[in-house]
Amino acid sequence: MSTTTVAASPAVARQPVVPRSPSQLALRRFLHRPVAVAGLVVIVLFIGVAILAPVITPYDPVQTSWTAIRKAPSLAHWMGTDENGRDVLARVIYGARASLLAGVVAVLIAAGIGVPAGLLAGFSGGWVDSVLSRIVDAMLACPFLILAIALAAFLGPDLTNAMIAIGVSTAPRFMRVARAATLDAASNDYVEAARAIGNPGWRVAVRHVLPNIVPPIMVQGTLAIAAAIIAEASLSFLGLGQQPPAPSWGSMLNSAQRFLTQAPWLAVFPGLAIFLAVLSFNLVGDGLRDALDPRGR
Amino acid sequence: MRGHLGTRIAQIIPTLLLVSVLVFCLQQLMPGDPALVMAGEERGDPQVLAQIRAELWLDRPLPVQYLHWMGNVLQGNLGFSWRIRQPVSELIFQKLPVTLQLGSMAFLIAVLIGVPAGIIAAVYRNRPLDYVANAIGLAGLSTPNFWLGIMLILLVSVQWGLLPPSGYVPLTEDWRQSLATTIMPAFVLGNAIAAILMRHTRSAMLTSLDQDYVRTARAKGLGEFIVVIRHALRNALIPVVTLGALELGTLFSGAVLTEQVFSIPGFGKMIVDAVFNRDYPVVQGVVLVTAFLYVMLNLVADVLYVVINPRLRGA
Repeated sequence: MSTTTVAASPAVARQPVVPRSPSQLALRRFLHRPVAVAGLVVIVLFIGVAILAPVITPYDPVQTSWTAIRKAPSLAHWMGTDENGRDVLARVIYGARASLLAGVVAVLIAAGIGVPAGLLAGFSGGWVDSVLSRIVDAMLACPFLILAIALAAFLGPDLTNAMIAIGVSTAPRFMRVARAATLDAASNDYVEAARAIGNPGWRVAVRHVLPNIVPPIMVQGTLAIAAAIIAEASLSFLGLGQQPPAPSWGSMLNSAQRFLTQAPWLAVFPGLAIFLAVLSFNLVGDGLRDALDPRGR
Repeated sequence: MRGHLGTRIAQIIPTLLLVSVLVFCLQQLMPGDPALVMAGEERGDPQVLAQIRAELWLDRPLPVQYLHWMGNVLQGNLGFSWRIRQPVSELIFQKLPVTLQLGSMAFLIAVLIGVPAGIIAAVYRNRPLDYVANAIGLAGLSTPNFWLGIMLILLVSVQWGLLPPSGYVPLTEDWRQSLATTIMPAFVLGNAIAAILMRHTRSAMLTSLDQDYVRTARAKGLGEFIVVIRHALRNALIPVVTLGALELGTLFSGAVLTEQVFSIPGFGKMIVDAVFNRDYPVVQGVVLVTAFLYVMLNLVADVLYVVINPRLRGA
């Protein structure tokens, strides 16, 4: 009967309604936010630069040159050279590898721990939820960077340990988000229906709840990459992350401090790189949040 | 009110116990034998190693070690610094006032910038001033505070010569010099929190400005300034207080880097120095005290939330 009504309406016939999935609608909303798209473009540029580093720059980021010590920015060295005569642009480009890798790996570790724990807590409820939530409260009581510094200190200073330290310190935030989203999703009728037809609990959680908590996890993930990039730079700045001579934005800023009056460019460019990368992830995170949950706008 | 306070304190106890387990477990992550680190040049002498293990209870099972450590912590004994051979609690009490001064100034700066910026952004919603405030807020959130510190040293101290680039003078010694040495680090530390407070205030003010009582106040003919400050802001500040308190962790984390950049001998610099000297009892002590302070400050914020919210006062 409804088909007859639609067919009878010439306006509807001229403009057929194309059904769109929620993810297509979210993508449309995201693409209508120019600032978020600009952030995404900058991230893609950073990734491209990090992958193609050897092609982009003719300089070796660790090769010292005693004839080119602390040279100001010029046509030969666009961002100048450092205290060991190394090209700053090459080090900033190669440094993107360490920072982006640390950001992504740390967040994958955090999500790998936090999401299953949050799903388990939210779906099981009862004492499992109470115990896991108290553990998260305890971890969140330790300020993020102080916990990461302590973990990195006890594990030993290198980039891998820094990523583990940042990942473990970030995990409670993922657990909180996943738990809240699970509680929300588990109250839906389709979850009740899945239970009613006799699916085991783990199957309902993994097949029916997990796909529905992905949007808030994605938003948290993007914003967490921004925080992890700052955290990696902070740990490297303190000497607990990437070890010299391998380039990292944080460790470059550490050595730049000693030459602030003679070579200020050493401090400007790595910091700008961190700022741009973090800003871009924050813009994309904000854009994703608005696109995936238009009610919260 | 008393019931609420009792419930909150009851919730805090298991959290603090778990924090203590977490901090104790940190030492277990350490590669190798702690006795070897402590023995230094005498690491080859098995008698010295056995003596150190017995002194530190390292030769006992882990649960016994934890109970012994926890018993000491409850008596205010956080152990001895391996490097300076001084009680950790004494070291922390020496450094804590410096960080508290820096943190208080940073929080004040964050409130003075973040709250008015949030109000302006909400009042001029979707207009240029709102966009500018949002852009500055996002930039504040994306700027690593140690880089901001370095840039300010370069500009304010090196180029303009207005403020000292590093160092610290205690408030009790010379308040002018003390302010001169801490104002720049406090601004750096307060910057990220100002951005977060701005976002919270804007969001709370937008909700508040849409309420009926604000419409009624306007309908009565009150001026816009009075409506915004006396009616909308008073209610908007309630969530801002709680959410602001949650950012105290950001303050502690930020202090580590800020004190490092400006060479301020505070709590944050102490943990970094301890890390490089492999002075693990100090690292453990700092993490434990920071977590304790954070939980306690959150409790204060929670109580404050009930006090300033008339709807919860009678509860």
